[in-house]
Amino acid sequence: MEYEPVIGLEVHAQLLTSSKIFCACSTAFGAPPNTNTCPVCLGMPGVLPVLNRKVVEFAVKMALATNCRINTYNRFARKNYFYPDLPKGYQISQYALPLAEDGHLIVETAAGKKRIGITRIHMEEDAGKLIHDEHNPYSYVDLNRTGVPLIEIVSEPDIHSAEEAAAYLRALHEILVYLGICDGNMEEGSFRCDANVSLRPKGQEAFGTRTELKNMNSFRNVQRALEYEIKRQEYILEGGGEIVQETRLWDDSQGVTNPMRGKEEAHDYRYFPDPDLVTVHIDETWIEEIRKTLPELPMARRERLQKEYGLPAYDAGVLTSSRALADYYEEAARLCGAPKIAANWVMGDLLKLLNEEGKTFDACPVGAASLARMIRLIEDGTISGKIAKELLQEMYAAGKEPEEIIAERGLVQITDEGALKAVIEEILAANPAQVAQYRAGKEKVFGFFVGQAMKATGGKANPRLLNDLLKRMLAP
Amino acid sequence: MKITQEEVRHVAHLARLEFPEDQIGKFTIQLNDILMYMEMLNALDTKGVEPMTHATVLYNAFRDDEVKPSLGEGESLANAPDPRGQFFRVPRVIE
Repeated sequence: MEYEPVIGLEVHAQLLTSSKIFCACSTAFGAPPNTNTCPVCLGMPGVLPVLNRKVVEFAVKMALATNCRINTYNRFARKNYFYPDLPKGYQISQYALPLAEDGHLIVETAAGKKRIGITRIHMEEDAGKLIHDEHNPYSYVDLNRTGVPLIEIVSEPDIHSAEEAAAYLRALHEILVYLGICDGNMEEGSFRCDANVSLRPKGQEAFGTRTELKNMNSFRNVQRALEYEIKRQEYILEGGGEIVQETRLWDDSQGVTNPMRGKEEAHDYRYFPDPDLVTVHIDETWIEEIRKTLPELPMARRERLQKEYGLPAYDAGVLTSSRALADYYEEAARLCGAPKIAANWVMGDLLKLLNEEGKTFDACPVGAASLARMIRLIEDGTISGKIAKELLQEMYAAGKEPEEIIAERGLVQITDEGALKAVIEEILAANPAQVAQYRAGKEKVFGFFVGQAMKATGGKANPRLLNDLLKRMLAP
Repeated sequence: MKITQEEVRHVAHLARLEFPEDQIGKFTIQLNDILMYMEMLNALDTKGVEPMTHATVLYNAFRDDEVKPSLGEGESLANAPDPRGQFFRVPRVIE
């Protein structure tokens, strides 16, 4: 029988605020254990949480970017369970009346564009971190992360393959980073994903029994875990077996999913509105204020770059892979007036220089305006493209302006016909054998003369002029 | 009955409470009485009345995103029954 996978994803994204969601402790990663804590996030009796306004603003940004309806009134609820990473005995989250509902995202897959529904986006606090002692019956608790703001983004079960799931996650990740509301660092847990997976016979409407997958900390692992889990369920169903509804953990080293032990008890969170936090009222004025601060989103920008600058889809994809890169490119393209040439320099030489040092365009030592001036200097014939490659390296290393280096090193292209003629005459006189070969029809030798002339001028000969002159002077 | 002994046991477990078996029966009867009392309130017509979740009409109580000093070193662990180094130590929670 042919089965269709049905996948829904839950993404937790850490918001880039300086302080926690309900108290003024720092959210900085990597502080010594339990030093970013206070009576509020430690769950001491008698304290009151107060909501960080920026958390709401960031969450609204994501809701708008994913076409959600924002609930004018939304409120926080307590999700009750006992686990040592939660000192209060409950997590403050949202349940009924979350921040936003009914959104969608368009993602690009190998098979084309696909619409994936977003059920809801809500705000909540993160839990602490547990370190388990391998040899002794203890766990160690670090509550620095307790109370760090998260948004949870829940997708509709609209995803039908591991590849689609990965495409959806990449799109979400890209938007969060573009909006500047999440650093997207998967290793540090700023972007985490759980997946619900079930299979159903193709054509059947009703869902099969699902499992929940956790512990996948990269796009690649999400895809691998889903591929494995789909095969596992298929194998069981083919053999007439039944899927057990359970939480399974991805084991990266073995490439398998295993049932999670410990929290076996069916979840019964007894959600109720948190009386410590007043309701959040997000009116149209506030929404519009936030909407105005939204940047152009990556997919729209890719399409615009193709249309406006005539760039191929691949180039537009590379140039919009980060907001800093896209901003840099557009400024350079606008200032030099040669968008395609600018694209080649940005994607080629400059990206290579940055990659070699593991830097990004936020920290590019060559400003977009300097790159644009360098391109203008090539366009107006002052320097050759070959010289420009060296020039860019020097601009990058020394942080100098192109004109400065050109003047220092005398890199101006030789466009004076008389001067170049003199150089060529010398070369022809010194190489009579090659001249004879060329005139006898061996046109390949032409490259030899170009090379000699470039060598003699230190690469400064204007290539077009050099070609013209060589052709004329070599003619029999 | 509004509530069964089984439900009482379940709720007690969720709250990590343990009772002798004879008390479960007693609590079931008492909780049932309370729930029956709630039924009286259900007789009221609340059509068109928004459910009230808070005793205040205040909304949007925010703070700005500013970091303030956390508790000093060691202070966060001052009440911990079993601190180890900079950590709270607890019985291991996974196998």
